[in-house]
Order: sequence, then structure tokens, then C-alpha cells
Amino acid sequence: MRIPLSITDNIQEWLVSMMSESAASYVAMIIVALIYLGIFAIAGLFLVLIERRVAAWFQLRIGPNRVGFQGLLQTMADALKLVSKELTGTDRADKFLYNLAPYFVIISALMALGVMPFTKEFQAFDINIGIFFLIAISSIGVIGILLGGWASNNKFALIGAMRSGVQTISYELSVGLSLLTMILLTGSLQLSEIVEVQKGGWLIVQGHIPAIIAFMIYMIAGTAETNRAPFDMVEAESELGAGFHTEYSGMKFAYFFLAEFINMFLIAAIAATVFFGAWLSPFGITESIPWLGVFWFLAKTLVLVFLMMWFRWTFPRLRVDQLLTLEWKYLLPINLVNIVIMAFIVWQKLIIQI
Amino acid sequence: MQETTTINNNFKSEEYFINMGPQHPATHGVLRLLLTIDGEIIKKVEPDLGYIHRSIEKMCERDSYQQIVHLTDRMDYLSSHINNEAVCLTVENALQLEIPERVQVIRTIIGELTRIASHCLWWGVMGMDVGALTTYFYGFRDREMINDIFEETCGARLTMNYNVPGGLMWDIHENFVKRVKDFVAHFKTKIPEYDRLLTGNVIFQKRTKGVGILTKEDAISFGVSGPVGRGSGFSCDVRKYHPYSALDKVTFNEALRTEGDTFARYSVRIQEMWESLSIIEQLIDNIPEGEFRVKTNAVIKLPKGEFYQKVETARGELGVYVISTGTKNPYRLKFRSPGFSNLSALSHMATGGKIGDLVATMATLDLVIPDIDR
Amino acid sequence: MTNETLQELLGSWFPNPEASVASEPVEVTEGEDAIEAKEPINPSLLEFTEEGSQFLNVLVKPENLHQLMSKLKTTAETSFDYLFCLSGVDWGTDLGIVYHLESTKHRHSIVVKVKTEDRENPTFDSVCDIWRTADFHEREVFDFFGIKFNNHPNLKRLFLTDEWDGFPLRKDYVDEINMVVK
Repeated sequence: MRIPLSITDNIQEWLVSMMSESAASYVAMIIVALIYLGIFAIAGLFLVLIERRVAAWFQLRIGPNRVGFQGLLQTMADALKLVSKELTGTDRADKFLYNLAPYFVIISALMALGVMPFTKEFQAFDINIGIFFLIAISSIGVIGILLGGWASNNKFALIGAMRSGVQTISYELSVGLSLLTMILLTGSLQLSEIVEVQKGGWLIVQGHIPAIIAFMIYMIAGTAETNRAPFDMVEAESELGAGFHTEYSGMKFAYFFLAEFINMFLIAAIAATVFFGAWLSPFGITESIPWLGVFWFLAKTLVLVFLMMWFRWTFPRLRVDQLLTLEWKYLLPINLVNIVIMAFIVWQKLIIQI
Repeated sequence: MQETTTINNNFKSEEYFINMGPQHPATHGVLRLLLTIDGEIIKKVEPDLGYIHRSIEKMCERDSYQQIVHLTDRMDYLSSHINNEAVCLTVENALQLEIPERVQVIRTIIGELTRIASHCLWWGVMGMDVGALTTYFYGFRDREMINDIFEETCGARLTMNYNVPGGLMWDIHENFVKRVKDFVAHFKTKIPEYDRLLTGNVIFQKRTKGVGILTKEDAISFGVSGPVGRGSGFSCDVRKYHPYSALDKVTFNEALRTEGDTFARYSVRIQEMWESLSIIEQLIDNIPEGEFRVKTNAVIKLPKGEFYQKVETARGELGVYVISTGTKNPYRLKFRSPGFSNLSALSHMATGGKIGDLVATMATLDLVIPDIDR
Repeated sequence: MTNETLQELLGSWFPNPEASVASEPVEVTEGEDAIEAKEPINPSLLEFTEEGSQFLNVLVKPENLHQLMSKLKTTAETSFDYLFCLSGVDWGTDLGIVYHLESTKHRHSIVVKVKTEDRENPTFDSVCDIWRTADFHEREVFDFFGIKFNNHPNLKRLFLTDEWDGFPLRKDYVDEINMVVK
């Protein structure tokens, strides 16, 4: 089995010169994994910082601005503090599951990053079921939340976990179906293929009306997937204290916290990839400079991340039954109709091509 | 061998208890609610009080009337000025003191400012309770301006203690009129902003309309007052029915809604902010000249008898019931606090709703726990 | 309704049996009973006073309390539907409760008082079934004065812990450790 590791071609060649090909492939994988882990642990921290600055901006405050230039090192300091903190837990907790839960959440979040096409050369795994893989992986996280809430042996945590289960199972459908709508246009699940198709116009332009509807549904469902306001039923600070992570402290709490931000980044990154042409520059203005792809990818993703933060800091929270009503009575039927419309458009070749 | 499994279709859900509080973000203090819950649905709410009970009523029995005024700051700390005023009015009415008009007008202006400040805080917290964290800071921004006015004139921002039996502690600061006018102009542009941010939001309306309904009959029976009662169509504004200080010189509308749900109580408070602004506007330009205090004896002795004084705080009707035997201390002093009666209706309103509804309902009750645990 | 008409109406609800008996022989017998007869016999079981209070005060016997209260609420002319204050009072020898009532329809007020000399086991009828706000207020009174209420659905201490010894708002309550008495 050969998995294309385009990013590490050079590393791999260098490794092959030292050891057998299979060993080199494994070593290369580990190196890539470590690089990703390093980059995204820090990127996650900066996302937290961005969130705090954005929140402060919305709330007439300044936000963190003391540690480092403009508070750039604030979240680093926070992370250091969390690492050094004592890990406390409850006596009655199911110790094994309790300790296992945060890793489910953080690992599934980091795994999904592996297939993200940051630019043409910067993609660790370009597997042919890319989108499917992303949807599958992003559902694993909820197991961690359910485990954490259950094993904490705390009623607030349990209510939070159960809400999370209900919520993720429901909104998974909308995320999947809205992405499926776009797959009808591309005809491929492979992310690099999806990007390739968009050289003739971003999918949101190609698919016009149904694509815009799909994008809106995707953003709503995606926000719900990450358990962020207005869908933060899972934590629901004013109702459940801290929800499923009530009993977590120190680094274990930080894993949950970081995972939320990485998930948010992921949802935005998938949207950027599927709807807005990933690393493709608008109208191909910087096509001659390939490394700028990373810039375009991040720029698009961060705009969408900002959109999600905007949701969070302006909307009140839904109630749990309204959350389910929204999904099952509105989003899902709209989504199904939308797929049919999209299929019709693809069939009749009503796509807008530039 | 074939194994048969019978599936039991009689699924049974079991009720369980949750302790909401005494440390919980939604109870705004040390209120403890014992919830009986079936899944998400609330079967019973039982408040457990007394975590910060200081027995102010007992302390009053050993204190002189001037000292009692200080204690009232610590009951409903968000309408501390109005609480002070209640005790002062009781004493002044009992002694039949002639209070200068200047004092009455200043008391009313500061009282209405207090009401706005309290409602600003409530509005911020209300938003926070339904999950919109940003509202908190908007509410505090405007409340801060009022607090600055208080700081300049009264010397304190929260527990102002500006009233004394017979008048005011000292005269208003020279900047007072200008700053109040600035604030009124500023705040008139900000209430529409509140509406844009929260009132008109679809999610907010879905969360609050038809939730926590209290009918007019129940409202009267539960003795709720203030915006909670008026949200249910119970016309209970003490300022209208038993006007005190300068409130009989101004015209204002009693904010009244008939729906009795959480949104109605919300709208009543928003409407009240407009009314308070209008009261302030009517009074601020013509504060009469004169004394800011009339002389009283150093030791105030109330005549023998019973005295009752009602005022309208930001939360509702505050009653001061004094039984005097003619000494310098009251024989018995009872505070009828609005929050206490309002809280008693919570169980009735929240039963049958979801946990989220309970939080939204509790937010519109605007509970201040020291007011309940006097 | 003015206080006078209120007093007349309320008085007619609870006629004093002694008054009707006594009023007849007053005309006949003179001499020995003359001193007694000069004292006006209250025609009602209720005692009215307006002295030292801005409201009409009614003192009712504990056994008539619940009947009076439900009549005050249900009768159309009175309709006192708003119980705005319920305070326990320790009058030294007597323990009692003061009810402040207002009618939201007629906007008149009345104060009803009830007293008992029994300090060991003071008991009154609960008015919870008439005004639901009394639920909490009566629990507060029970907590601080130790006055029990018949037919109260949930008579537990409200503020203090169940183990608390004594009733703090009574005048004879002594707590040497926690109380500062000047």
C-alpha cells in the first residue's frame, strides 16, 4: 500500500537512502505526525487567542494584551499553567474511562487535520475517500464527550453528555448531506480532486443557489457539531455549570478545550475546501507563487472561523428541544430537497463555469 | 437450542434530584434550588434559602433608626438608594416631618437612576442566562456611567447610603445635573441597541415567549410585585398607587403586559427604563433650591404605634413595617422584600418546563439573594 | 370602602353572642351591674382599632382566623386578594401574626392581627390555601418565631438549619455567642 506523502517526498528519499523502504515509510509517518502535532497544538492556542480578542472586540473590551506583543503569548502562558496544574478528579469516577475520554476528543480532532489540503504540496494524506474520512473522524469525538460525562459520575456532566450525544447524532446528518450535495458537483470524495474541479470556479459559484443553501446548512450544522454557541447545550454555562467537563481539571480540561478550537478550525477548513476552493487564489491571481496557497487557505478558513465566533458572541443559546426541532423539522427536509435540486442542476448542466 | 428474548416495552423513566446551587452561575448568588427532574423536564423546584441570612430584622431591633438605614443597603444592593428611602420615609412620616421639595426631587431622580442601573445589570445577566454573553458587557457599560454619577454625589457606587432620616447626607455635586443629562442623552441611544442585540433575536424570542407563564390571578395570589407582577397584567406599581417623594409631581405610564410569560416580564423592564428616563427628564431641569436636610434630634424616637411604608424598588414592592413602643429602637421591624414573594412563585412557573426554561424564568424574576435572605 | 363601612361589614360577620345576650338585660337590670354595663360591649368578636396605624386594624381570635380570612378574600365588597405582608410579632407575652391585606380591585387595605398566649406550642390556621404567597411567609414565621400552622403543606424551616436551637426573632431568645447586644 502506498499512501502518497507528497509533503515528505524529500524526507522520504533521504530516509530511503538510510533504511529499507517500508521502515522509511513508517519513520516518515511518525515525523509528519510530530510536525502536525507541534504545529496544531500551537495553532490551537492561537485560535484561543483569536477567540478571546474577537470576543473582547464584540464586548467592548480589550482582551489579553499583556503577555508578549499584544498578548500573543497569553495562551501559551495559560497552557503552561494548565500543564503544571494538579489533575484532580472525583473519587466515584470510573477512573479508566474518565482518563480515556479527553484523548478520544483531542486525537480525533488532530487526526482529521491529516487530510486537509493546505496547499498543493502540503497535504499529509490524500486518500480517495477524503470527505468521508473527515465526517467519520469528526463523529468519534462525541464518544469522548459521552465517556467523559458518564465516567465523571456527576449529574450535570451526564446531562451535558447526553445532550451532546443527541446533538451530534442529529447534526451529523446535516453536515454529511450538505457536503454530499457538493459531492454531486465534484464527483469525487478525494480532497485534491475537489480542489482540482474548483479551478473552473469555486463550488459555491458553480453550484449557485443550491450550493449557497448547502453552505448555510453546513455552517449551522457545523457550529452545532463543534458544540459552540448558539448550540452549546453541552456546556450551557448558565444551566449546567460546565457540562460534561465539570469534573475535569488541568491538562485534561485543556484537551477538551483545545479540541473544541481545533474542531472549529476543521469545520471552517472543510467549508473553505468544499465551497471556497481551498488554496486556490481568487481568479488565479497568485497561481504563479504556489506557496501562497497556504495563505489563501488560512485566510478563507479564518474568515469562516470569525463567522463562527460572530455567531457565538451575538446569539443566545437554543433550548435542547428547539435544537432538535431545528434539525429534524427544518434542516433535514431542506437538505434532502436541496440534494434533488442539485442533482437536477448537474444533470441539466446548469452549472456556472468560469 | 433456541433462545428467546422478550423485550420489555414498559420503559420507565426515573426522576432524579439535582442541586442547583448554592454555587451555580444561574442562581446569581447563594440560592440553592432542589430540582426534581425527569430527563430534562422539571417536576418540582424547591428553593433552599438562608445561605447569607444575616437576620437584619433582629439587628434592627437593637439599632437606632439612623443605623437601620445603613443596613438596608445590604438587602437589595442593586436598589440600595430606594431601600434607604423606604426606611427614611417611614421615620419621616412617623415623626410628621416636613421634607423640603429639593430633597424629594433629588431622591426621586437618584431612585430612578438606581432603577435604570439595576435594570441594566439585569438585562446583561438575562442575556447571559440565555447564552448571549455579550449583553453582559453592554449592560455594564451603561451602568458604569450611573455608578460614576453616584460616586461623585453620594461617595459610593453601590451601597450609597445617601439618605438620612430628614433628608440627604449632603447636597448634590455641582456636576450632577450635567452628568445626569449626559447620561439620559446617551442611554436613549442605547436602549434601541439593546433591542437590536437581544429583544429582536429570533432565538431569544423562541426561548422566552410562552415560557414560565404566570396568570394574573396566580400573580396576585403569590403576592408577586414589580415587573414580574406587571408582566402578568397585575397593576401593582407602588409609584402609581401610593406615590412617595416627588413621584406625584411627574407623569409616567405604568408598563403593563398581559401575557405573563418570560418575554412579557422582559418587555416590562425595557419599558420601565424608558419611563424612568422620562421621569428623570421631567425633574432634572427644575430641582428646587432649598435645604438638603431638615434638622432632626440626634436620637430619633418614633411615637408609639405601627407604621407601614411601601416603595417600589427595581424588583417590586418593598414594605417596611415598624412597630414602635416610643423608644429609640424599633420594637419589631419587618421588611417585606419583593424578591421573597417573587421567588415563591418560581416553582409554580418552572414546573413542567425544561432546565433552560427554568434558567430563563429565573432570570426574569431578577432575584437578588441578599434581598431574599435578609 | 372606607374604614367605617369595612368595620361595620366585618363586625356583622362575627356577632358577639354575649353582646346580643347582654344588650337586652342592660335596660332591665340596673344597680349592681351598672358599672359593667357602662363599659361598651363589643358587638363583634373582632376588635377594631385605628389608633397608631394608618390602616384599620382587626384583632381576631385564632379560631375565627381562617373563616375571616376566606371571607375577606371571597366577599365581593371586600375582595382582599393581595396579601402583601405577613409578619410574625412577639409582643412580650403574646405571640402573633400580622397580616397586611390589600384589594387590587377596590384599593383599600386592612391589617388583621391574631395573637396567642401559648408560647410553648403556638398554633394558628394556615392561610396558604387562600393566598399562595403565605406558603413562604408562614415558613419564615415558623422558622423565626416557632409558630406552627395547621394544614400547611410544607412546614419546614426556611432559612435556618433543622438543628437550630430556639427561635431567633423571639424577644426571649438568647444567643450569647453570636449576638451582639448593646
